[in-house]
Amino acid sequence: MPSPRRLDRALQLASAAAAAAALLLLLGLAAFLLRESAPALREVGLVRLVGDRGWHPTRGAFGMAPLVAASGAVALGALTLALPLALAVAFVRLAYAPPRLAALLRALLQLLAAVPSVVLGFFGLVTVVPLLLAIEPPGASLLAGMVVLALMVLPTLALLIEGALAGLPSGERAAAAALGLARTTVLLHLALPRARGAIGAALLVALGRALGETMAVVLVTGNVVQWPSALLAPVRTLTANLALELPYASGLHRSALFVAGLLLLGATAALLLIASRCGARERWRGAREESARA
Amino acid sequence: MRELAMGRRAMERAVAAVAWAGTLLVVAAFGALLGELLVRGAGELSWRYLVEAPRDAGRSGGVGGIVVATGVLVALALAGAVPLALLAALFLDEAGAAQAGRARRRLAAALRRVLDVVGSVPSIVFGLFGNALFCRAFGWGESLLAGGATLACMMVPLLTIAFDEALQRAPAAERAAAAACAFSRAATLRHVVLPHAWPLLLAGAVLAVARALAETAALLFTSGYVDRMPTSLLDSARSLSVHVWDLALNVAGGEARACSAALLLLLLVVAIEAAARGALAWLRRRAGR
Repeated sequence: MPSPRRLDRALQLASAAAAAAALLLLLGLAAFLLRESAPALREVGLVRLVGDRGWHPTRGAFGMAPLVAASGAVALGALTLALPLALAVAFVRLAYAPPRLAALLRALLQLLAAVPSVVLGFFGLVTVVPLLLAIEPPGASLLAGMVVLALMVLPTLALLIEGALAGLPSGERAAAAALGLARTTVLLHLALPRARGAIGAALLVALGRALGETMAVVLVTGNVVQWPSALLAPVRTLTANLALELPYASGLHRSALFVAGLLLLGATAALLLIASRCGARERWRGAREESARA
Repeated sequence: MRELAMGRRAMERAVAAVAWAGTLLVVAAFGALLGELLVRGAGELSWRYLVEAPRDAGRSGGVGGIVVATGVLVALALAGAVPLALLAALFLDEAGAAQAGRARRRLAAALRRVLDVVGSVPSIVFGLFGNALFCRAFGWGESLLAGGATLACMMVPLLTIAFDEALQRAPAAERAAAAACAFSRAATLRHVVLPHAWPLLLAGAVLAVARALAETAALLFTSGYVDRMPTSLLDSARSLSVHVWDLALNVAGGEARACSAALLLLLLVVAIEAAARGALAWLRRRAGR
């Protein structure tokens, strides 16, 4: 049996080492992505990675711009679809639903948040894609990706928005009650303006998740490399491209794919940092804790 | 004045109606998700499906080896991530103590931020990282070991944040009392902190299991696609989630079987989440009484 003091010392050293290892994880991620993408950055160069006509890596064309544009279009479209729905759910839970139903809705949101993204993507493939196909072939398209991603980010977004809306100071709440204001009025004119920053931050967090999602997208967007020009045309996102090509890529092709990974890492990290600047990290934490608690 | 009030009431009603409609749409979409998978996938689910090996690229047979591989991947990830995350959470916890120095507090703040960032990194990026580090640099190739290690890296931030929150459950007064009695750190941890923290520690770990089960993109390039029963940690093997993706995208006529595998995966994840949340709520009610 070691003496208490030695045990304490060992515990302290071990916990400091673990903290250092966790810090190193980010450095390691960035370092390995950089190391692997170095050949492409050196030999192809940023200019060609952006400006080459098209993505035909085996024939020496490394233009990633259409992939980036597709990623952005799918993610932004998903948020556009998800935001009104998330607001609707948050309003219903906060103001309109009786407590039992509100609790049920929360359980449903949590269940949804737990659905694996590959399952969501598969659901999109067997339901959303055929629906769109009936309108205009091929069905697997930009719009299908937006719908599936909207479903994916919706639960978290709704819970975050609800947390932001519920954060009305009790003084204002009391004043509103004294004035006899309807709950809708309180939500629309008091809570919503106050929560704007937090909702913006929640959207940024959701945007990061949508940009980085692979499985839900690759199954439904058709994966044709082209600029996103129409809602019902197929596109291929950066992430889908990685999933499809990395297993067989080699040489400069593989290296260029790691550049895409680096880009994704940078974009999501930047979005998260901006979101936390918006001062909403605490709220986000709060909502997460809340969801863990319920 | 009355007109204004009427207008406002109508507007309130309209907002409520739109909100209900939106909520119904969300509920319907999720109902469709569950219904579709249940109707098309439930027929195939049986004990034989769980234990039989897949045949004909998964078009028939079961998911025997795949279930085993999934279990091994999750177990490896937990074994790697839980001790590390627990220790890192202890570091954060100690930095919050009154007597902690300024440097330590700064370091803890930096660590929290880094964990938030790493926690938001897309899983496919972890897949790239794992492929470069574990498969290539470490020479493990596409294997269960590489996949498990990649999953562990993904789990560390989530687990550390969850464990940190759990440790904070111990009341400051009790910690102060322990300090006044000259308890060692280890004794404080064991007799003061853990009794308060263990339900949330456990819940955090269980939720991490659910997340790991759901993970696909990080495993595509690290544990590979092979659908045989693995016999060593250096074998390539596919998880249930990768099985769903492969059947849906790469196997012609694999859709029916993809439905069963997707349903199985969904049921597993939901059952684990629900069990964790249910147990936590039960513990809380008991503690509150």
